[in-house]
Amino acid sequence: MTAQILGVIASLLTFVFVFWLLRRGSLQEKYAVLWLGVSGVALVLALFPGILRWVTDLLRVETPSNLLFFVTIVLLLLVAVQLSYELSRHEARIRRLAEEVALLQQEITESREPRDGE
Amino acid sequence: MTTPRALVAIPAWNEQGSIADVIAKVREHRPDADILVVNDGSTDETADRAMNAGATVISLPFNVGVGGAMRTAFLFAKRNGYTALVQVDADGQHDPADLDRLIDGLADADVVVGTRFHPESMYFVGGPRRWAMVLLSKSLSRMNRGEISDPTSGFRSAGPRAISLFAVDYPAEYLGDTVGSLAIAIRRGLIIRETPVTMYFRQHGRPSKNALWSALYLGRATLAILATGLKGKYTARTDAA
Repeated sequence: MTAQILGVIASLLTFVFVFWLLRRGSLQEKYAVLWLGVSGVALVLALFPGILRWVTDLLRVETPSNLLFFVTIVLLLLVAVQLSYELSRHEARIRRLAEEVALLQQEITESREPRDGE
Repeated sequence: MTTPRALVAIPAWNEQGSIADVIAKVREHRPDADILVVNDGSTDETADRAMNAGATVISLPFNVGVGGAMRTAFLFAKRNGYTALVQVDADGQHDPADLDRLIDGLADADVVVGTRFHPESMYFVGGPRRWAMVLLSKSLSRMNRGEISDPTSGFRSAGPRAISLFAVDYPAEYLGDTVGSLAIAIRRGLIIRETPVTMYFRQHGRPSKNALWSALYLGRATLAILATGLKGKYTARTDAA
């Protein structure tokens, strides 16, 4: 019973927190949707543990917690890989911008004070 | 053969001790070439000293590494119509007396790599670092169908085709630039040759290669070669230039 209450509280808090971040504009919708969905599912599972037990039986997994952990780990792994991908893309773009800024700055300097003989 | 419009590109990160000297020597050997210093986020006097020495200076807003600095140089070369670009280190390791050979070599190649390994060379490396170099050299030479004995050499030149390619696609990750760029060029069907050069020990500053160098480099470079080799039919990234 305690575990269930903890589960409900944790998923509710997550939901509210993510929603708050979204409203403040510090979280983009595409990311917010994912976490709202996750905390929503977690809330439903915490309120109705029967669902989890039913799915566990359906998939012939030994214990409900195993299924829950497995799904959670896979999900988090996918999210981590996706974030690495986005980060790489952003790093590449920032670097490219740095190069362009440097080139532009040089052009401006050049046009302001043309050197002798050029 | 017409004389190419040559640009000598010097990537520099905190090299105030040697930069002016390197510029002077380059000018002495190739008065016809323009000199570009890509100041890679230096916190010392590198940019000012390079400018005073008469070089064109491009200052990156923060340190992006040699690869990023070189891509900036290739972009500059492409947009300003240069037909040859020679990369020279800012620390005085490279002897500008070899510039002629690197530029002339472009007559029948897209990239000319200056190699430290030749009979008259005083250069020697041993241990794991040597093994790493040999392994890289063997695999790249096979891909190239022509000897590349010193793939990590940063003393090299690029012709028009290579300039166009590298302006768009040049590996900017740490330690990935020298070997990675050769893999990209080979994949694109560019012709890579090599020519013997002289390399000195560093004049100033600390060498960028520590004890972990060989292991890190080998891993990184192998990954770069594998990734490039596995790309299949090569498609250039179109996010720039």
